[in-house]
Amino acid sequence: MSYIELSGTDLALAALLLIINGAISIAFRLGLAISFAVAAVRMGIQLAAVGFVLNFIFAQTSPLWTVLIVFVMVLVAGYELVQRQESRFRSWLAYGLGNATLLLVGGLATVYAVVVVVHPSPWYAPRYIVPILGMVLGNTLTSCSLALQTLTEGAVRERAAIEARIAQGATRIEAFGTVLRRALNTAITPLLNVMSVAGIVSLPGMMTGQILAGANPAEAAKYQIMIMFVLTGASGLGAFAAAFGGVLLLTDARHRLRLDRLASGPA
Amino acid sequence: MLRVDYLTVAGLPPVSFEVAPHECLAVEGPSGAGKTRLLRAIADLDAADGFVYLDGEERREVPAPEWRRRVRYASAEPAWWGPRVREHFPAAAKLERLVLSVGLEPKLLDRPISELSTGERQRLGLVRAVADEPRVLLLDEPTSALDAQATALAEELIRFQILAGRMVVLVSHNSGQVVRLAHTRLRLPGNGRAAVVERVAA
Repeated sequence: MSYIELSGTDLALAALLLIINGAISIAFRLGLAISFAVAAVRMGIQLAAVGFVLNFIFAQTSPLWTVLIVFVMVLVAGYELVQRQESRFRSWLAYGLGNATLLLVGGLATVYAVVVVVHPSPWYAPRYIVPILGMVLGNTLTSCSLALQTLTEGAVRERAAIEARIAQGATRIEAFGTVLRRALNTAITPLLNVMSVAGIVSLPGMMTGQILAGANPAEAAKYQIMIMFVLTGASGLGAFAAAFGGVLLLTDARHRLRLDRLASGPA
Repeated sequence: MLRVDYLTVAGLPPVSFEVAPHECLAVEGPSGAGKTRLLRAIADLDAADGFVYLDGEERREVPAPEWRRRVRYASAEPAWWGPRVREHFPAAAKLERLVLSVGLEPKLLDRPISELSTGERQRLGLVRAVADEPRVLLLDEPTSALDAQATALAEELIRFQILAGRMVVLVSHNSGQVVRLAHTRLRLPGNGRAAVVERVAA
């Protein structure tokens, strides 16, 4: 594989497009020039730093380093998952649920994809684990977040209906039936849409990257298909785990609805 | 026998009383005295200290869903979880007779919930609570939205449940209704004072 390396001048030329944007903002007093500059510099520093860190980790090829970076990625994703919720749980349990779900589903799906499907040697080669885990976590995070958000909103809005079912002798899972189904639907529908339009509206990012790096498009497509299966599978499982875990957090062992555990709920 | 023993709902003095089969106990007291909270605690819908025994079994010894199939709380404003009336009821042959007994047409069962009036909802909520024959009925103002005629029919259904051997705990602001249905009354005076149990003079 061959690809054209970019020089500093190349990056500066690409940045010219942004500078034009900044100039327009100043000319029309949109007040966006500073935001543009800050965001662009931030993006540049973040990506350069990630490049350095990955360079270092790829050079180690030790299972210990791979496990460490996996945990750091899961922790960051779990934190982000909780932060995205509008009505958060009071307790640290929400972080536990987020991290457990992402670690279990994201970790397992990644290990499965790398070890069983791609099987590089050695299997813990960070060159494969880290980018695949990154994509899996990013997607799983979104679907878990949607599932939990829909679930907690539904629980608050349909509190009376859920409690009516509980009073009639339903278990907590039965009582949440309608809300739970809606949460899973909301989380999984975007995944189906992404699969349906893949390659039609735009080329997926990873495939584009491989093609730019000199890969045969047919080979890049195979990789992309594999990744799509893994991403969608992991996201769907993540939504299931997050939604069922969410029901357990919103209820107690006596199958009572416990909205007091939400920060927005009654004290 | 339903035995409530030092049941302590948050912020209220402990409450103790007994209700035997074929009996009805009325719970009376001003708004905010904790009548609804007491019923919810008996059904184990809210956590509370103290004990509730049904035929000698304490609520914590029974799986919660099973407890609530035996000890049924019926809200004054019954909530509905599906779009159609019928899906809220167990498939029972006597369902249509129960619906008729509170003065409603059985064809109401195939209508959407959204078309029902408040009074129709309240009567169907009472039917839903009794349809699968729980041992204990905790009725929270079961006739608050009903006119005199519908109230009489709903009381007839409650009286039939008492005659059939169920234990009924009734929250009611209607003192005539308490005299008509209840054998004992529990006064929750509010303001942190202890509850009082007394016979209802017929």
